[in-house]
Amino acid sequence: MIVADRKSLEEILSMVETDKKILVVGCKGCVTVCNVGGAKEVEVLASALKIARKKAENELEIDTHVLERQCDNEYVSQLGDTVGDYDAVVSMACGVGPQFLSEMYREQVFYPAVNTTFFGGATQHGVWEERCAGCGTCGIHLFGGICPIARCAKSLLHGPCGGSSNGACEVNKDTECIWDTIVKKKMEQGKVDDLLAVKGFKDWRSARDGGPRRSIREELVEGNI
Amino acid sequence: MSEFKSGSNLEKILKAGHFAFTGECGPPKGANVAHLKEKFQYLKGNVDAVNMTDNQTAVVRMSSLAGSALLFQEGLEPNFQMVCRDRNRLAMMADILGAYALGVRNMLCLSGDHQTFGNHPQAKNVHCIDSMQLIAMVKKMRDEEKFLNEEDIDVAPKMFVGAACNPFADPYEYRVHRLASKIDAGADFIQTQCIFNMEKFRDFMKMTVDMGLHEKCYILAGVTPMKNAGMANFMKKFVPGMDIPDELIKRLKSVDKKEQAEEGIKFALEQIEEFKEMEGVAGVHLMAIEWEQRVPEIAERANVLPRPQVD
Ligand code: SF4
Ligand code: SF4
Repeated sequence: MIVADRKSLEEILSMVETDKKILVVGCKGCVTVCNVGGAKEVEVLASALKIARKKAENELEIDTHVLERQCDNEYVSQLGDTVGDYDAVVSMACGVGPQFLSEMYREQVFYPAVNTTFFGGATQHGVWEERCAGCGTCGIHLFGGICPIARCAKSLLHGPCGGSSNGACEVNKDTECIWDTIVKKKMEQGKVDDLLAVKGFKDWRSARDGGPRRSIREELVEGNI
Repeated sequence: MSEFKSGSNLEKILKAGHFAFTGECGPPKGANVAHLKEKFQYLKGNVDAVNMTDNQTAVVRMSSLAGSALLFQEGLEPNFQMVCRDRNRLAMMADILGAYALGVRNMLCLSGDHQTFGNHPQAKNVHCIDSMQLIAMVKKMRDEEKFLNEEDIDVAPKMFVGAACNPFADPYEYRVHRLASKIDAGADFIQTQCIFNMEKFRDFMKMTVDMGLHEKCYILAGVTPMKNAGMANFMKKFVPGMDIPDELIKRLKSVDKKEQAEEGIKFALEQIEEFKEMEGVAGVHLMAIEWEQRVPEIAERANVLPRPQVD
């Protein structure tokens, strides 16, 4: 899933500083699963904003709403009747949400309340870790099912670098050296040779480096059937 | 065609079977050419080639390409270091061509310390290709005379291709395999990370020799003289991938503070003597970090002078 962290209350307060009436919109997708922008978090943020503004003797009127998904126009359109009633809208979805909202409602201002960080999952309760960098050409089977593009600080295809120490990455003692993990897995399996051949130069066009990406599934595009 | 891959002095010395002795020089944090040239004087005639570091420890300095060109102008042989952190493949190939055009004939291909160590931790890290692929790329440009996209190069850069090896990083058992990969990728010579743990290095070289890697590639053992016990402590704590045995720190501490530099040099000299005899070691790479002025003395006491001339 897409993982995000909520922005600080101060930052969000400064975004809506001049507004009197806002809507806080959550999303039931990834941000609900990573506990950052679902129904519960929407209410928590709304009341925190209200309290802070009340304290500042500048009361803020807030409505809340949670969409099924903010990355889907079918759901985004559900805000059509009310979105114009507010000075601004704060979105708690990943970075995709407020963009879909802005594209549909061109007159309204949408603020992102979260920082979208990575594609990953929870490794334990309350801890999320990155697993994929969306490079567009998946090759994890070459590395024992582990992605060095996203998980090695240098995206090495032939690691570990000379800074790998005791299983930790040179960047930070608390960061796993993923190459140590890859090598050890291959060693256990007696398949070290898999890692030794020099791999082809990565074609970064499929990643963000090739420009914004688009997936077209012809059979699903309207009018093609 | 010449019998040499690059015709560099380093290649000739190694091919002739001489025990190589290379040095290192960090470019200035600025455009202070005068200071750089001053450091060159300590190296000139005392080493076969000088590594010009490339934004080492991710701290911005004068480019290694410019530093290498200055070395060449002053009559020293550069070993142009290139890291994968700061340039994509376009910039790398362009700089390789530029370096060759300016007289550079040796390169050292490195991953590069992560930028979080340096003085611009906010920077984007590139890593368009990795050090293994950089080796393969420089070899391809030399042997096939082609760019990565298979287009022909009009006057190809004929580089003697170097790579690094850190036997002290983990997982230890894998290090010799990674070395073998670098040799397969095209490394002509290897310069190791600074060696302090001799016992471990002896073991590493035994594995290297058992696999016959020393016959496919010249291995230069990395030596850094310690200036004092404080430096040893610092390196142990803060430099990733360094293995500094407590006995060495103890040895440095056992003498008076003023004598510690001499003790550090003595240890380095003992190492060099051992490397001269060690099977599979083709030379020494002396990294006298910000201590270039001691290189003449170290070379003299290590009995590696005068440096051989090979035509
Ligand atoms: S190889 Fe690419 S697509 Fe596959 S997990 Fe890694 S970053 Fe994601
Ligand atoms: S220490 Fe490991 S994870 Fe970190 S950059 Fe080096 S190879 Fe990658």
